[in-house]
Amino acid sequence: MKQFLSFVKKEFRHVLRDRRVLLILFGMPIAQVLLFGFALSNEIKNTKIVIVDYAKDYASQQITTKIAASQYFDIDKNLLSHDQLLAAFKKGDIKEAVIFPVNFAEDLSHQNQAQIQIISDATDLNISNQVIAYLTNIILNYQAEQNQLQKIPYRIIPETRMLYNPELKGAPNFVPGVMAMVLLLVCVMMTAVAIVKEKETGTMEVLLVSPMKPWTIIVSKAAPYLILSLLDLISILVLSVFVLNVPVEGSLVLLLAESTLFIVTCLMLGILISIQTSSQQIAMLISLVGMMMPAMMLSGFMFPIENMPYALQLISNILPSKWYYIIVKNVMIKGTGFAAVWKETLIMAGIAMLLFLVSLKKFKIRLQ
Amino acid sequence: MVTANDLVKTYGKKNEVLAVDHVSFSVKEAEIFGLIGPDGAGKTSIFRMLTTLLLPDSGSASVQGFDVVKDYKAIRNTVGYMPGRFSLYQDLTVEENLDFFATVFETTVAENYDLIKDIYVQLEPFKKRRAGKLSGGMKQKLALCCALIHKPTVLFLDEPTTGVDPVSRKEFWEMLKRLQSQGITILVSTPYMDEADLCDRIALIQNGKILSIDTPENISAAYPDKLFAVKANKMSTLLKELAQFKNASATYSFGEYAHVATDSKQFEAGNAPVEFEKELEDYLADHGLENIEIKEIKASVEDCFIKFLK
Repeated sequence: MKQFLSFVKKEFRHVLRDRRVLLILFGMPIAQVLLFGFALSNEIKNTKIVIVDYAKDYASQQITTKIAASQYFDIDKNLLSHDQLLAAFKKGDIKEAVIFPVNFAEDLSHQNQAQIQIISDATDLNISNQVIAYLTNIILNYQAEQNQLQKIPYRIIPETRMLYNPELKGAPNFVPGVMAMVLLLVCVMMTAVAIVKEKETGTMEVLLVSPMKPWTIIVSKAAPYLILSLLDLISILVLSVFVLNVPVEGSLVLLLAESTLFIVTCLMLGILISIQTSSQQIAMLISLVGMMMPAMMLSGFMFPIENMPYALQLISNILPSKWYYIIVKNVMIKGTGFAAVWKETLIMAGIAMLLFLVSLKKFKIRLQ
Repeated sequence: MVTANDLVKTYGKKNEVLAVDHVSFSVKEAEIFGLIGPDGAGKTSIFRMLTTLLLPDSGSASVQGFDVVKDYKAIRNTVGYMPGRFSLYQDLTVEENLDFFATVFETTVAENYDLIKDIYVQLEPFKKRRAGKLSGGMKQKLALCCALIHKPTVLFLDEPTTGVDPVSRKEFWEMLKRLQSQGITILVSTPYMDEADLCDRIALIQNGKILSIDTPENISAAYPDKLFAVKANKMSTLLKELAQFKNASATYSFGEYAHVATDSKQFEAGNAPVEFEKELEDYLADHGLENIEIKEIKASVEDCFIKFLK
């Protein structure tokens, strides 16, 4: 026990005396959260939209007011000709255009049918899709109101609701992803590098020729990073709650417990990498390219897993970050309890166990 | 105390690099045993096999009766090992390093302080300094302290004086003598031949093979040839001309002198060494060298080593 504590103390000294490590440990998560929160947002905000109203009647005015009420659009009311409109799109001055034809209200009331043209700059597909969905929603909404007033026979109108994230904000989507990424990076890379460093500087040689048992070396090497990762996790949560306004909907205790399990899994992965490699560069490369990239691409955080080819879907199953991402989304954003995530928890625990056993088996009690 | 029995170690995928070639020796209790040989001779490989860090390809070895393969745990508990490369934590201070290794070996600095006191007093003024910022000699002293902190019965020192200034080297050897007097068995390796005389017994080693094992005195005494040290005004010309000298079996530079070996049989036939010196002096003078100085000398371990390599 004294050996263990002394080792942990030593490990903390290494970390606290290395500014670069400190920067990676605490600078990176904060930078990532803030970057994703403010700069790399794919929310539709202030989309430039022009409303070309040839009708200028009560119906078109009402719809325009509804659109204007939304904070997502920068509205420009202008009567542009067809050519002018196209030129404006080309120059990139506007992203969307809503066009009311002449006699819009009249058509609506007399023929029970009217048309609105929505033109969208589809070079940015994401925004374009979201805006069109949003505009369609507004128009359907208006239509529904009119129907109520006029008591015209039933018409079924599909109603979409964006659950858990009604404003389509980006933050609830990326906070679980950033958590998974940061913890993965800190735990896997830092532990891998920390153990390999002892091999590289020759201190492992001295440690091996000592009464210290291999698993004590491993555990005491990993323990400080468990604590540091938990600190990282807490700082991400504080940032997400107070700066990005993404609250923890579910149980905080459950979230922390699941995160600890994920951290332990990652630590095991880091240890396994360090056992199999002999230099810090290789360890870093494997953690970055071999772990970070697939974790980012395949855990569902950047691209939906359902859209991937079947082979990639299968691969994604072995990534602990996939399961952690699902758990955090459930617990933190949807606010579900353990009952909803026990399967994912079990899979992650299984991966951790497997990694631990493999590490124990592969640990070299000698050089080479 | 420590025995090696026909140890073989190879490296490479096909075991094509023979690092240790059927090495056998034994070290007595409280003896300073030196492995003397150039870089790449296989010294570190032997040390690593004895400290249980490497498995021998064949052969066996034991430390205090414990087998290096089967009883590796017992050996790890009792020996002190100082690797050739500085292997302490550079970002920890002198004090922190020592404390850490004391706890790793389940002891405290206070408990065995008397053993390291002589060495540690020299380090004490720098105890708050980080190990990476120490001078070469200080680093080695700290490493020795760390290897000694658990009062090992056998101490393995792999090239402890490499890269250390001559004064620190001398001090270091004085420390080893003191440790020896406390009953600690010491195995030390070094590429410096002049340190051979400080060991009780040495093994000369080259290309993984042991050339000779004996006390330094016996090894020197067994030198078969007569040896002369020669000096003149131009060293490079001197060496060139000596190489052409017919009656020399070997010539090589040795510090500020050139050493000339010649077959000792000619002196049994009645030839006096003085005559050989005269002959050599005349030869060198004929070839334009001045201030010639020739004297007969006793062979050192290094001369023996050079002889073995021939």
